[in-house]
Amino acid sequence: MELLHAIGDGFLSVVGHLGLNTELMERYGPRFLDGVWVTLKLVGISVFLGALLALPLAVARVEGGKFLSRLAFGYSYFFRGTPLLAQTFLVYYGAGQFREQLTDIGLWWFFRDAFNCAVFTFTLNTAAYQSEILRGGIQSLPAGQVEAAFSLGLSRFLAYRKVVLPQAIAIGLRPLGNELILMIKSSAIASVITVYDLMGVTRLAFSRSYDMEVYLWAAVLYLLMVEVVRRVWDVLERRLNRHLLISR
Amino acid sequence: MLDLLRLLSFGPDGWGDEIAQGALLTIELALATLPVGIAIGLMIALAKDSSSAILRGLGNLYTTIFRGLPELLTLFIVYYGGQMLLTELAEHFVEGAHVEVNQFVAGVVALGLVLGAFSSEVLLAAIRAVPKGQKEAAAALGLSGWRTFRLVTFPQLWRVALPGLSNNWMVLLKDTSLVSVIAISDLMRQTAIAVGVTKQPFFFYLVACLIYLVFSGASSVVFGKLEDRAARGFKRVGGH
Repeated sequence: MELLHAIGDGFLSVVGHLGLNTELMERYGPRFLDGVWVTLKLVGISVFLGALLALPLAVARVEGGKFLSRLAFGYSYFFRGTPLLAQTFLVYYGAGQFREQLTDIGLWWFFRDAFNCAVFTFTLNTAAYQSEILRGGIQSLPAGQVEAAFSLGLSRFLAYRKVVLPQAIAIGLRPLGNELILMIKSSAIASVITVYDLMGVTRLAFSRSYDMEVYLWAAVLYLLMVEVVRRVWDVLERRLNRHLLISR
Repeated sequence: MLDLLRLLSFGPDGWGDEIAQGALLTIELALATLPVGIAIGLMIALAKDSSSAILRGLGNLYTTIFRGLPELLTLFIVYYGGQMLLTELAEHFVEGAHVEVNQFVAGVVALGLVLGAFSSEVLLAAIRAVPKGQKEAAAALGLSGWRTFRLVTFPQLWRVALPGLSNNWMVLLKDTSLVSVIAISDLMRQTAIAVGVTKQPFFFYLVACLIYLVFSGASSVVFGKLEDRAARGFKRVGGH
């Protein structure tokens, strides 16, 4: 604990020497860290659940009959063609309107919380984008891959699990990284429905202090998150696709 | 159901006209931002393509910043920061002056900065896609710099850039919804006002979503036509 305090004091003195507002930092600094954590949770959960939802959606686009593939297309068209802000309002305020019905089916506890509404909306939104990326990956594979899998006696399910999807994901790795970064940025929208993510904390601190500096902290923190994710993803991609890089 | 549709009627009882005005403002905002963003994008692309390391560095820095910041944060920084900066400047001349930044202008500037960062990547790729020999051939034919750009470089650059720019436009169209947060009466804000009065959030936000869908659908038709036109002199592999 003492060590943490010492680090904190040291950090504040550095901040002071840089000519920044020490008092402001002392007051809101911890809240900003909380905000970063909320943003990371929001994005992490949404992107993970979105990926789980994107897999069946992408397969439905390619393999589903007329009905299923059109349904999956309609889903992705709606969520990619409308602003995330509108979708978030639709869920958050829409849920409030259907409170009685939601209570009846035992889901109100989930939708009464703004954070859950944000996770719900972001998941549906990113699933649409991720499913498009995966669909592109699946369709760029040569038909021989599936034919070879079938001739080895693999079922359709196994062929997808062992042959098609691993390759489709490898092809889509770079755009999937971009989608993750876009979600970090878009997650700022959650602040509009009273979630205290990094943007929410920033707006709160600004409304109390009227010091532009808080927006600059937020900018630095967002850029830091985006750059770290970009670099980590680069390493990850090179590692996962190393068998492709060698042959080049 | 009929009651809900009546809420959309034009006139004093319905919200149709208010929402239509908002939709119009959304289009105006996007159209006003487009030239600003493309102009910034072109400048940044030229900087990133230049032989000077400083210009290249600045170009890359610009892209890193405005592609990495949430659009909402850029908007707040431009709106509140611009207000404070201009007020401070004005106080040098007039005691106790206070400057209000027009929200529409703040929206155009913020969205233009973001669009500039994204379109610069598209334009840079397009500039590099035109082989050097094209320029040299134009010079050999005695064309001036401007005519070379207008008749030789630009038509080829345009064909390569269009799909990317079309993508940028779609993102811009959706990003305009963010300006409602600084109280511009765009589609999103007008919808929120209608919701406040009628207590029908699900219906009205769904209508707003459908209007955005119509906008992006119409845009993709227009861009499809533009792309066909830009590619009219270009024979694809397989020829169609």
